[in-house]
Amino acid sequence: MQIAIASGKGGTGKTTVATNLAWVASRNGRKVAYLDCDVEEPNGHIFLKPELSDRKPVGDLIPQVEAEKCTLCGKCGEICRYSAIVCVGQKVLVYPEMCHGCGGCWLVCPAGAITGVSREMGTLETGRAGAIQFAHGLLNVGEIRAIPLIKAVKSTDFRADLSIVDAPPGTSCPVIEAVRDADLVILVTEPTPFGFHDLKLAVETVQALKLPLGVVINRASLGGREIHTYCTARRIPILAEIPDDRRLAEAYSRGEMACDALPEYQSVFTGLLEAIAYRVSSSS
Amino acid sequence: MKELVVISGKGGTGKTSIVASFAVLAKKAVLADCDVDAADLHLVLEPRIVKRSQFSGGSQARIMPGHCIACGKCEEICRFDAIFYDGPGNGRVEKTYRVDPIACEGCGVCAYFCAENAIEFTPVVNGEWFVSDTRCGPMVHARLGIAQENSGKLVSIVRTEAKKLAEERKRDLVIIDGAPGIGCPVIASITGADLVLVVTEPTLSGLHDLERVADLTKHFGIETLVCINKWDLNKDLGSEIERIARRRGLKMAGNVRYDHVVTEAQIKKKSVVEYREDGVTTDIRQLWAEVVALMDKDLP
Ligand code: SF4
Ligand code: SF4
Repeated sequence: MQIAIASGKGGTGKTTVATNLAWVASRNGRKVAYLDCDVEEPNGHIFLKPELSDRKPVGDLIPQVEAEKCTLCGKCGEICRYSAIVCVGQKVLVYPEMCHGCGGCWLVCPAGAITGVSREMGTLETGRAGAIQFAHGLLNVGEIRAIPLIKAVKSTDFRADLSIVDAPPGTSCPVIEAVRDADLVILVTEPTPFGFHDLKLAVETVQALKLPLGVVINRASLGGREIHTYCTARRIPILAEIPDDRRLAEAYSRGEMACDALPEYQSVFTGLLEAIAYRVSSSS
Repeated sequence: MKELVVISGKGGTGKTSIVASFAVLAKKAVLADCDVDAADLHLVLEPRIVKRSQFSGGSQARIMPGHCIACGKCEEICRFDAIFYDGPGNGRVEKTYRVDPIACEGCGVCAYFCAENAIEFTPVVNGEWFVSDTRCGPMVHARLGIAQENSGKLVSIVRTEAKKLAEERKRDLVIIDGAPGIGCPVIASITGADLVLVVTEPTLSGLHDLERVADLTKHFGIETLVCINKWDLNKDLGSEIERIARRRGLKMAGNVRYDHVVTEAQIKKKSVVEYREDGVTTDIRQLWAEVVALMDKDLP
């Protein structure tokens, strides 16, 4: 079973939900994998404090041009939709940061002068946090493409019976890559105008992907019932509500797991775990 | 004309609330919401849209089932696993190939190599951008379509249009609400800008993300200021963050206290400085004064 934890807006408590869920599930004897796909700003390790035992570079292919073979025909520059390769004067120039690795240029080159070579974009680190198997990706600074790294994190083979994907915030391509094969997507939100607005965008995104979803309301005591009304009208289950508790914010600030620092919250996440199991079994 | 970009690395640090207050305090600025993925500034500034334009971030492939002979070339060459052998059959073949529009990166390689010319490759509209008037001046903002890519390109459009507007209206400052993270949209938000203000919070996550985003602004050589929002949530860590920021050559622009008034103002569709005179507003006014002083001093 794969569960993705996402949110339209950042900072709503996505990582809190993902890490504490992993914690209670592991305590309940499940084989849990925690996959941090927020490769731009991964935070799960701050709370789970895994021992990282393996690091490996993750890259994608970019063109390498052999000047001796190149006839300066310019076909590579024509096929590239990203202005990542251009034939100017007596030379072919490659701009690696612009390249999407589509392979068009080496497929089209009539002189066979171009080969795809790997270029590092980030690092995949894996390890364990107690019984929880842990993986996260760290995108290199200045790199614009997160997708290959997200794919690498998700394809870590842990043979877990519960994989928890911590997705990046927002609604665009990296989020979609992170959530696309989940059995259930959990959207974490908070009852503020910004939180509610971004929740609606996130719901539209998940529904466009035709994935089952549920909502967790964080800092629930903060605001009104707008989110409840909205979810009821759309038959979106609210799987858990976490109160606005300054002690939770303080534990978070120190990098402590809510379940550890404030054991009374364990029941909230156990409840969430049960709600998830129920949803997944009833939708499949 | 100067461009000030407010970013946060980590989401939810209160960046947009601070930008909304800056918009009020600046009086004569143009505003740009470059957080196109989850734009929120309009919820406070309530823009009246005066011009809307469609955005096309690229093209997409579509296989015309009638023309497909199921040779499988496209599936073999697509590096984004966007092609599936489960399209409808036609008179000649039992099944055809089909493009998954969500996985398609729009590279066009399949269309180029299809010997049967069975693949259409056409521009798609995947967003909209707006020029608006607000009570704090003109604003450029956008909405990226659901499940769309190329937010970086849309961010660049928003910035360019905001600059144009500033020139037309003779305003010498553009305040940009930047995207979160360190990837494509945030790079598009900050490259070539004059000054970046990072709004962080006194949490270990906030510190971690601040360091990542500081590496990014350093990589692009942009002068960077830091503000710790809700700093009194964890004062020890707040001081620690200040120390680390200074050591990295970042300037502290001021801290803002934690206050429920910030959420109340949001609910009332007001910026914090419009909603309250004292308390947290004092902090934001001081922060703004510091940002302005630094802009005037360091950036001629
Ligand atoms: S691999 Fe594709 S994106 Fe990269 S340079 Fe070649 S044609 Fe351009
Ligand atoms: S346009 Fe590129 S990404 Fe899209 S289906 Fe064709 S080869 Fe794949």
